[in-house]
Amino acid sequence: MGRAKPSSKATDDWSGIIGPALGLGFAVFAFGLSFGVLCIDAGGTVPKAMAMSLFVFTGASQFSAVGVIAAGGSAISAAAGALILASRNAVYGVAVAPSLRGSVPYRLFASQFTIDETTGMTLAQDTPARSRRAYWVTAASIYVFWNLATLIGAVAGSNIDTERYGLDVAFAAAFVGMLAPLVRSSRARRVASAGAVVCIATTPFVPIGVGIIIAALAALVGLCRGTEPTTAGSTGGRA
Amino acid sequence: MTWTLIIVLSLGAYALKAAGLVGVGVRDFPAPVRNVIALVPAAVLSALIAKDTFTNGQDLQIDARAVGVAVACLAVWRRVPLWLVIVLACAATGTVRAIS
Repeated sequence: MGRAKPSSKATDDWSGIIGPALGLGFAVFAFGLSFGVLCIDAGGTVPKAMAMSLFVFTGASQFSAVGVIAAGGSAISAAAGALILASRNAVYGVAVAPSLRGSVPYRLFASQFTIDETTGMTLAQDTPARSRRAYWVTAASIYVFWNLATLIGAVAGSNIDTERYGLDVAFAAAFVGMLAPLVRSSRARRVASAGAVVCIATTPFVPIGVGIIIAALAALVGLCRGTEPTTAGSTGGRA
Repeated sequence: MTWTLIIVLSLGAYALKAAGLVGVGVRDFPAPVRNVIALVPAAVLSALIAKDTFTNGQDLQIDARAVGVAVACLAVWRRVPLWLVIVLACAATGTVRAIS
């Protein structure tokens, strides 16, 4: 998703930025709605759902934490799983750093928006000026749409029978969409398969949510030599 | 869903973002660290899909959710827009529940 068509006209610096940025904002809207609804379903409140989207602001981790809590897991396993998943944002930070040179306060502020979509859009541009612009336009679009959607979902959430409408598969469906662009290499496919198998195999024997953390160990094959896996530049995923 | 959890997640997620952009900056992580972190989402996302589809607490279970996730896989494979993937998966699971 996070690809913008580079502009053919160097003078027209905004083309290929605003359109895709709004498109990404629209796309995260459905994720945000599901998040708001299921956050309430997991025993959250509207302020808690909003605090998650405003301050945590990295969708997959928010889904993961709420999913573990909803399943009856402990806060510690929910936090550990979510933060392991959020570790990729550190790599994204490095990837966008050359486009966001500036003072420390500037970079500290920019850090909050270092997620899948902003990284993808930033890396897709052909000049440093366009990269910087793409980062901020995408950040604004995603931040506004994500939080607006969370608010609407959370407010509506208390009146929705989530099981009746199948909303309990919303996170799994979203994860399928996030996973697809990440498993282009055979190594990543093996790691993904191992993650799923480990999670299923350990679930009956470990506390709820811990299977996710054990599954993350599959990524340690990255320590092995072999075909160089895709690096920070391959940001196919979403929030 | 305690406030403590939300605060820990907020600080933790921000710290990870800033560690990359401000801490490491235009240098880079050592290659092994980068390789492992690059593979984490694949492992964790597929584990989450497995958990949300086939588990109920500590029990393994196959139910209407499997149909919804199968529809999601099909939709993603057919390159359906992501918001529609979610809608189709939820509709499939809801429909199976309604008729079973």
